[in-house]
Amino acid sequence: MRSIFKIALRNMTRYKRRTILTSLLIVLGVTMVVLFSGLAGSVKTMMIGIITDSNLGHLQIHKRGYVSSIDNLPLNLNLEDKAYGKLAGVLDGNPDIESYAPRIKFGAILSNYAESTNVRVTAVDPVRETMVCPGLSARLVDIPPGYSGPLLEPGEVIIPQKVAKGIGIKPGDDVVLVATNSDGSVNGMRFTVSRLIEDIMGPGGKDAYMHIDDARSLLRTDKGEVTEVVLRMGGATDLDTVKKRLGASLGEFKNKKEMPIFEVHTWADLSPFSNIANMIELLIITVKIVMIAIVLISVLNVMLMSVFERVREIGTIAAMGTSPSKILALFVAEGFCLGLLGTALGLFLGVAGLLVIKASHVTFSFGRMDNLLLRPQIDMAELAIIAAMVLAASALAALQPAWKASRMEPVDALGHV
Amino acid sequence: MALIELSGISKSYQVGQTSHPALRDVTIDINEGRLATFIGPSGSGKTTLLNLIGCMDKPSSGEIRIAGTRTDTLNRRQAAAFRGESLGFIFQSFNLIPVLTIYENVEYPLLMINPTPAPERKERVIRVLEAVGMLEHKDKRPDQASGGQKQRVAVARALVTNPKVVLADEPTANLDQQTAHKIISLMREMRDAFGTTFIFSTHDPRIVEHADEIHTLEDGRLQDNEAPLQKGAVHA
Repeated sequence: MRSIFKIALRNMTRYKRRTILTSLLIVLGVTMVVLFSGLAGSVKTMMIGIITDSNLGHLQIHKRGYVSSIDNLPLNLNLEDKAYGKLAGVLDGNPDIESYAPRIKFGAILSNYAESTNVRVTAVDPVRETMVCPGLSARLVDIPPGYSGPLLEPGEVIIPQKVAKGIGIKPGDDVVLVATNSDGSVNGMRFTVSRLIEDIMGPGGKDAYMHIDDARSLLRTDKGEVTEVVLRMGGATDLDTVKKRLGASLGEFKNKKEMPIFEVHTWADLSPFSNIANMIELLIITVKIVMIAIVLISVLNVMLMSVFERVREIGTIAAMGTSPSKILALFVAEGFCLGLLGTALGLFLGVAGLLVIKASHVTFSFGRMDNLLLRPQIDMAELAIIAAMVLAASALAALQPAWKASRMEPVDALGHV
Repeated sequence: MALIELSGISKSYQVGQTSHPALRDVTIDINEGRLATFIGPSGSGKTTLLNLIGCMDKPSSGEIRIAGTRTDTLNRRQAAAFRGESLGFIFQSFNLIPVLTIYENVEYPLLMINPTPAPERKERVIRVLEAVGMLEHKDKRPDQASGGQKQRVAVARALVTNPKVVLADEPTANLDQQTAHKIISLMREMRDAFGTTFIFSTHDPRIVEHADEIHTLEDGRLQDNEAPLQKGAVHA
């Protein structure tokens, strides 16, 4: 086998033009895939990071049945004080969970005394919320770079930028929020607009924010009642795995109907962006398929040409006693080596391209977020998969021409003009 | 026992509905260490006969034994193994691999067909290149060598695996008269040096004087002359 690879490599270096042309096509395909995977994958990861870090968290736990009614923001599906206590007991001892934060969500009427509009409100514990969603502050409008102060204080409210613009509210203004609680009674409280916040994709992406204690006063609820608990993962454990583990741990808590009290969802279960993320994955797979097609066609073409050009050589080596299996192995090895050369160069150029893009500090916009810094990256496993795919495609493409060569009768091949 | 035994060999080619006989009932024995030639005009069956002895084709009838092995019943893989082990080939058009140097062309069978350790491989390649007088040209490519030089390299390549028999189909057809004589003389020298049996075909009666035995083919039938021809005698 060593001799076969030695001869295959030597043939590659001697048939220079053929080697260069084929390798160029493979290099182009591999470079394209590495660049695309690195860029698209990074954009996807960044977007997921923005969505999870500034709004959804990694996992959310609700009272069973809440998510199917999430658009109505039902207050009668909040977790009661006792249930939240049980949940906190499980979460506090869980090594997978870095932090968690309770939220109350409800609908309200926002008034600036002249106009009013409906808003969705997320009430948070500012300290815990910042630990779970460290990127939330970054959505605040006109916030100084590196701001590390409190998200908001009691008596303050953060208003979505579009809502504020619609009814002419600016930071510092007084507003009134009117809400109906789960008993049907209406209450209103005055707040000061502390800041405006940019919208983001997904549930809660256009919510106003207020302090959780204020929400309890406004809604006149029990002290420990919450709508949802948002979780931030600590390690690199797969979200779905943690979701399963948590589901199992929380499954022991049943309601009077012997049904589980809690339901656990990942960010992807809740956000429509997961579909976009899946589409990006699909695009990456499509590009990989195109690349494999390029490799297959180029190697197949060049190896077919090679067999055709080297009929007399094949006849000669067959006449001298080279076994059909060795002739087959020789041509497959040549195809494989072409793939190897193209892959090595393509991976090098692709990774180099990603590094150049990274060093160039390219920025882009996502929705209303501008100047997002592109940080392309690709992991070794992804590179290994690309390399394995190209090498397999190269060997596969060389198989048919190699088979053709190995089946040639020496007498016929020697007589070829 | 003869090294090569052909017994009642016939070979026909089917073209459409018609059968064209290329060899008819050829029986011949060739002993070890001989320089034998088959002569005859084009279409007389020389190449067909060499292909059959070279295990590259199968007879329609008859038996072939080489060094005691029945070769007409070997399958593709067995025939390839037998060729690699026992036979060497010299071709009319030299058939050197153009992208390899002369050294690499001669080395090729020891890499691909009879894998040989590197030091021994080098020693054997140098020995045969020296024997055919091509050692000083070992780093040239075939296109940098003359016709005679190419055929010397082909002789070296055929001998490097120490075959029992070297088959040469019209080895001088692409060479001028003087070079042709030199190549046949070289084959004779190599026969003496390595003890290899050489069988070559030609339609040129002027070069057969070097052969130990001459067999004439006409219309696929073997004539009965065995002794070298006298200078000036013409077949065809």
